[in-house]
Amino acid sequence: MQAAELSRISRELRARTIVNAHRTGTPHLGSCLSCMDILTAAYFHALRIDPSDPRSAQRDRFILSKGHGAPALFQVLAMRGFYPKTLLADYGKDGSLFAEHPPAPNYLPGVEAATGSLGHGLPIALGMALAGRVNHAGYRVIALLSDGECNEGSVWEAAMLAAAQRVQNLCAVIDYNKWQATGRSEDVMALAPLADKWRAFGWSVREVDGHDLMGLAEHLSCVPDGSGKPVALVAHTVKGKGVSFMEDDNNWHYRIPNEQDTERAVRELGMSEVLA
Amino acid sequence: MRNAFADEITRLGERDHRIVLLSGDIGNKLFDAFKERFPKRFYNCGVAEQNMMGVAAGMALSGLRPVVYTIAPFTTTRCYEQIRVDLCYHGAPVVVVGTGSGLSYAELGPTHHSLEDLAIMRVLPDMTVLAPCDELELRAGLAAALTIPGPSYMRIGKKGEPKVHHALSSFELGKVIPLLEGSEICLIATGTIVPVAMDAARELNKRGLSTAVVSAPCIKPFDEAYLQDAFSRYRLVATIEEHSRIGGLGALVAQWRVKHENSAARLISFGADDVFMHEIGSQDYARSLHGLTMGNIAQRCAEMCSKMVASEESPCVASA
Repeated sequence: MQAAELSRISRELRARTIVNAHRTGTPHLGSCLSCMDILTAAYFHALRIDPSDPRSAQRDRFILSKGHGAPALFQVLAMRGFYPKTLLADYGKDGSLFAEHPPAPNYLPGVEAATGSLGHGLPIALGMALAGRVNHAGYRVIALLSDGECNEGSVWEAAMLAAAQRVQNLCAVIDYNKWQATGRSEDVMALAPLADKWRAFGWSVREVDGHDLMGLAEHLSCVPDGSGKPVALVAHTVKGKGVSFMEDDNNWHYRIPNEQDTERAVRELGMSEVLA
Repeated sequence: MRNAFADEITRLGERDHRIVLLSGDIGNKLFDAFKERFPKRFYNCGVAEQNMMGVAAGMALSGLRPVVYTIAPFTTTRCYEQIRVDLCYHGAPVVVVGTGSGLSYAELGPTHHSLEDLAIMRVLPDMTVLAPCDELELRAGLAAALTIPGPSYMRIGKKGEPKVHHALSSFELGKVIPLLEGSEICLIATGTIVPVAMDAARELNKRGLSTAVVSAPCIKPFDEAYLQDAFSRYRLVATIEEHSRIGGLGALVAQWRVKHENSAARLISFGADDVFMHEIGSQDYARSLHGLTMGNIAQRCAEMCSKMVASEESPCVASA
């Protein structure tokens, strides 16, 4: 897929996520916008998936380990054709499948793991990657983590086992927007140097621009990368990316956009038709 | 029991190529046979139980049948959230095995005791909970756990536990196994404390109190049909477990009893007190501190029976 097309998709996904946050009062908008380009590059370029056969044994697996990015994932899966966009009209209603975090697999096509409690996705992804080896299946597993999530010890437990097992069909993408819920990720838990940490844990590490869609598409496609190690992409991102008044403002971790915010954001994204 | 586990998982691994064994850096040499036969299906996951449980979930969601093995507290309390979310919420068919359960590792201190595992496992939706009393129940329970579509927990002892069964004609999840017939008292015991229940029953029989014993290797689902039968047939039902009296076998029977008030039978629950032990000793010594001895069980049951004869009082629930 060409850069212009990917860019249009990610702008539309951003707009739809913002409108949904306004309509349903769903938080974590900053986190969703931060990882939208990674999701777009994965789902619209890198992943070998077939929405008409979502449980295919050979499919690539994508685990949204930062489960609070679910409002973004739900839009992505709908646009990618795992379920009709009209299903999203239920969002926020009683009896809906759409919580603020992904539901258990089998309840919504395309969802691989019910994340939301941080530090669970990478171990699950590692188990899936190891199962691929046992079953001689050629699939790859990508887990998307937040930088705040790297506070969790289980992330590093998984990192060590993946390195010991020389798991090559596993990729961890870290959405490194330098914020966590209540402060700078560097101040809360001394996260830097993040790429060096992953390197020291035995991973093949690349630091990438988390908003360069074509670059992301290429890196995500290049798993295994020939190093014999699991791959970590430390993706430098901006929380709230794509909307001038949300960018790098951590208030949008929890703030819900009002009507005026929503219209302005969608206009900035050039996606006014989404409001219609 | 752990040797029987290692032998049985190797035997089952031959038949079912989806079985993978995950160990938390314990069982040195224990799994040599499994490793030799199935080198690609054994994973030493290190001293990192949270990750081990998540890995098992990921494997189960990809069609494998993982069995996770380490010392009971480390395979339960250490990674409880992973069990709750990754296994139970996902319905992932993983068998979690806790070795050295209860007071098996009495001399190692409370860090290695597990007197709350049955309680915290049975409260989880979709979880099957097993506590085999000996090698034969362990083998049958493991095979049964590997056939169900969801997660299970099995607490086992360490080594040298006495044999209870000479043979097991049948084993069904959610069913108790009768060991001794009797007409006045019924002892329902679970796990490796069953031989103590057998001894207590023999003592009560000697004292002229006809006592039955059943082994309850499956705590969830529980054999409610048997409870219905027991509370209508016996004057006294006693539960015996090497586990806190909070949340385990005694608690589940008491809870069932509340819903079925028409029985005149009395209930006593024998189990561990709500304390951490600060005096260390052998497993038998530790059991004795909690009243989990043949002598105490027989004495308390006999006393209750004579009190009932004396007063013919209305039924209620007592605690040992």
